Amino acid sequence: MSVQLEPRPPSLTVGPAPRRRTPSHNLTRTSGIGLGLTMTWFSLLVLIPLAAVVATAAAGGPDGFGRPVTNEQTAAAIRITVLAAFSVTLVNVVMGTMIAWVLVRDRFPGKALLELVIDVPFALPTIVAGLVLLSLYGNDSPLGLELANTGWSIYLAFLFVTLPFVVRMVQPVLEELDQEVEEAAASLGASRLTTFRRIVLPALAPAIAAGAALSFARAVGEYGSLVLLSGNLPFESEVTSVRILSAIENDNRATAAAIATLLLVISLLVIVVLDVVQRRVARRG
Amino acid sequence: MSIDITGVSKRYGHFVALEGIDLSLPRGQLTALLGPSGGGKTTLLRIIAGLETPDTGSVVIEGKDATRLPVQKRNVGFVFQHYAAFKHLSVARNVAFGLEIRKKPEDEVRAKVEELLALVHLSQFADRLPSQLSGGQRQRMALARALAIEPTVLLLDEPFGALDAKVRKELRDWLRRLHDEVHVTTVFVTHDQEEALEVADEIVVVNQGRVEQVGTPDQLYDDPANDFVMGFLGETTTLGGVVLRPHDIEVDRGPGRAGAQEAVVVRVLRVGFEVRVSAETTAGEQVTVSMTRTHAKALHVDEGATLWLCPAVGAATVPSMPFRLRDGVVA
Amino acid sequence: MAERTRPAPGPTTYVLRVLVITYLVLLVIWPVSLVVTNTFANGDEALRSILEDPDLVDALRLTAVAAVVATAINTVFGVTVSLLLVRTVFPGKRILSALMDLPLSVSPIVVGLALVLVYGGRNGWFGPTLEGAGLQVIFSTPGIIMATAFVSLPLVIREVVPVLQELGDEQEQAARSLGASGRQTFWRITLPSIKWAVVYGVVLTLARSLGEFGAVKVVSGNVLGETRTATLAVEEKYLNFDQEGAYAIAFLLASVSVLAIVVVSLLRSREAHR
Repeated sequence: MSVQLEPRPPSLTVGPAPRRRTPSHNLTRTSGIGLGLTMTWFSLLVLIPLAAVVATAAAGGPDGFGRPVTNEQTAAAIRITVLAAFSVTLVNVVMGTMIAWVLVRDRFPGKALLELVIDVPFALPTIVAGLVLLSLYGNDSPLGLELANTGWSIYLAFLFVTLPFVVRMVQPVLEELDQEVEEAAASLGASRLTTFRRIVLPALAPAIAAGAALSFARAVGEYGSLVLLSGNLPFESEVTSVRILSAIENDNRATAAAIATLLLVISLLVIVVLDVVQRRVARRG
Repeated sequence: MSIDITGVSKRYGHFVALEGIDLSLPRGQLTALLGPSGGGKTTLLRIIAGLETPDTGSVVIEGKDATRLPVQKRNVGFVFQHYAAFKHLSVARNVAFGLEIRKKPEDEVRAKVEELLALVHLSQFADRLPSQLSGGQRQRMALARALAIEPTVLLLDEPFGALDAKVRKELRDWLRRLHDEVHVTTVFVTHDQEEALEVADEIVVVNQGRVEQVGTPDQLYDDPANDFVMGFLGETTTLGGVVLRPHDIEVDRGPGRAGAQEAVVVRVLRVGFEVRVSAETTAGEQVTVSMTRTHAKALHVDEGATLWLCPAVGAATVPSMPFRLRDGVVA
Repeated sequence: MAERTRPAPGPTTYVLRVLVITYLVLLVIWPVSLVVTNTFANGDEALRSILEDPDLVDALRLTAVAAVVATAINTVFGVTVSLLLVRTVFPGKRILSALMDLPLSVSPIVVGLALVLVYGGRNGWFGPTLEGAGLQVIFSTPGIIMATAFVSLPLVIREVVPVLQELGDEQEQAARSLGASGRQTFWRITLPSIKWAVVYGVVLTLARSLGEFGAVKVVSGNVLGETRTATLAVEEKYLNFDQEGAYAIAFLLASVSVLAIVVVSLLRSREAHR
């Protein structure tokens, strides 16, 4: 099932489940109607509109896809976005795993507060997120770090909005992880570092990968938190979604759709990664 | 001696897990730590392994003080109740893990893994993932993994506790045979007296953080140090202020023997070849007697019948201590 | 077994703890607390002036309406889809289940564009027809609701599906064997068991819906008092150098979303203690 946020905890059954020949469907009349209605709504809301994006881009012919990307300003925006999203995802892989580790294995007063803090970026409106960051990293920064309107502001905004993804994926897996397994490794002579690298990390890897995929996708498409923060300076702090928005505002739908299709491809890749990862975890049991 | 434990104590907050444990286990022997849950036997095993550190006392393994030695350096094989399989590694890679940590040459590792998988009858499963094995197979893999490092001592924490009754019995016989082949000093924790009596060379009865008795299965069964040990190793009943086994009571229909007590049969229960008789003595004591069906028939033991009961010659008896006995019953 | 004490924390533990706390203070805690202090720099004057501005009250009302309607739609949709995904078998189920995650990873701007391309009144695929029938979607409330529903679509499903899987269908089969109809089984057995998962999903959906910005910006046209939501007002205030106003609305929105996660985490820990 790919709609879960957390990979399934290891199943309690011993050995592989018996494989049954499944019928092509087992829908009753009620569930059939339910499926029909939900699919109609899902198509109207999600599938048809997204198809329209791809179709509009394709209507411009093969050049249609190429033109916006050869536009220097757009190409720069894509480069900036992907580079920042990639770097931020790497940071999240390390920091997210560390945060999850501290939340699960450490004990100290105020830890419950940190639990809440992790979810704040997810729940906070993106425009507010931008404003929040501006208050510490804008002009007259109390820290003396005036990152607003520079390329660094993109990294800052991405770090903020993607904070929960790796943490929330890794945390439940770490909680489920049997400490006896680590003790077993230690009894076989493995140092703490070796145990982490060879036993704990492989167990966390699928969750980290899933969190990284979500974090990358979220960063690549981010818009709201950058509006007030980045200044949208071409070739410096202008991201892909801002380019799409200005194409829309100039009524240049083909261009907007072409860039949007590029982002959609990334979204689809992420979903494939999530699906594959969760299937692998389910098999390992 | 292979393992020498002197004055080991361990507390968790106010809970005393172990208190003043002294114990010596000879080399090559299969020892069972037997006792009720929460009695401290697992803590003792984990202290021997180095997974816990004692508050006081010392642990000496093969003449070397290991008290402050981390688990990585002790060269002990540890088998966990729930297998602790490395889920992302194949069966063969699981077994190879300790050897890879020790940076053994690749062909040596491969040969050793093959040998061990053959020993635990898992050769054809070498490339499977642990999730594709049954519980019993996983535990055999865990055992092979622990044996691979050629441990000084092999420690097993309730190794068959998570398995169903039939597999449990098979693995128990198999562990005994394996030990006869491999001869590594082995300590296993169990709360199942039948398992301990069947498998172990020597049994250490641990209760409430103390060692109650150490001895061979025969010694413990025939000559229990106290009513707790007696109660933990088999059924008991009381007759005339002593605790003894229900089958160690002589039954007569008349007052022939010296010291025999008169009792009235309250209930008769037939279980296969055995008959279990509940009777109440004139002193008001509830006694359980077990006898063969033939014997019961011959004596016409029916409800309401009057019997004369006395301990059989050579029966193992200990004085009755009502409070201690109750602990044994809870376990 | 006696409970085991954790091994005494080593230096690694302290280094990690300090590192993690510093990171979270710099990235989240300090900036968020500054928004609170900035809002109340002049007492509660900023907040009061927001609530006295009729245009802003309209914006807050529109945000609330869009969020509530979108959440209602997503709750019904989410529970139905979860039941279908967990309890039934049909061709294409795996693809559908994967597609349900799509809204989480699509850029809000792309969401807005996609809706405009289909429902745009001038040259969208369905837009002109709908407008002919008197229903304006884009630059109007329905468009804002759709954009909001799109971005928060999977949140209920993500909460409910794992619980349904964990639950198994034995209880439902037992209810059927006792003569309950499909509907009775759902209302009396299934729904009470997934109640908390639905509540978490609803709270998260509501928080996400109140705060949607990018997608709404594209579809709204930002007509004052008609299609301006609270998040759009934050941007406008800030760009018009009314920082105090921007911080005040931001504070309102942030309070609601922080309240939402506090509620969820309290509910969760209460559940965990059962």
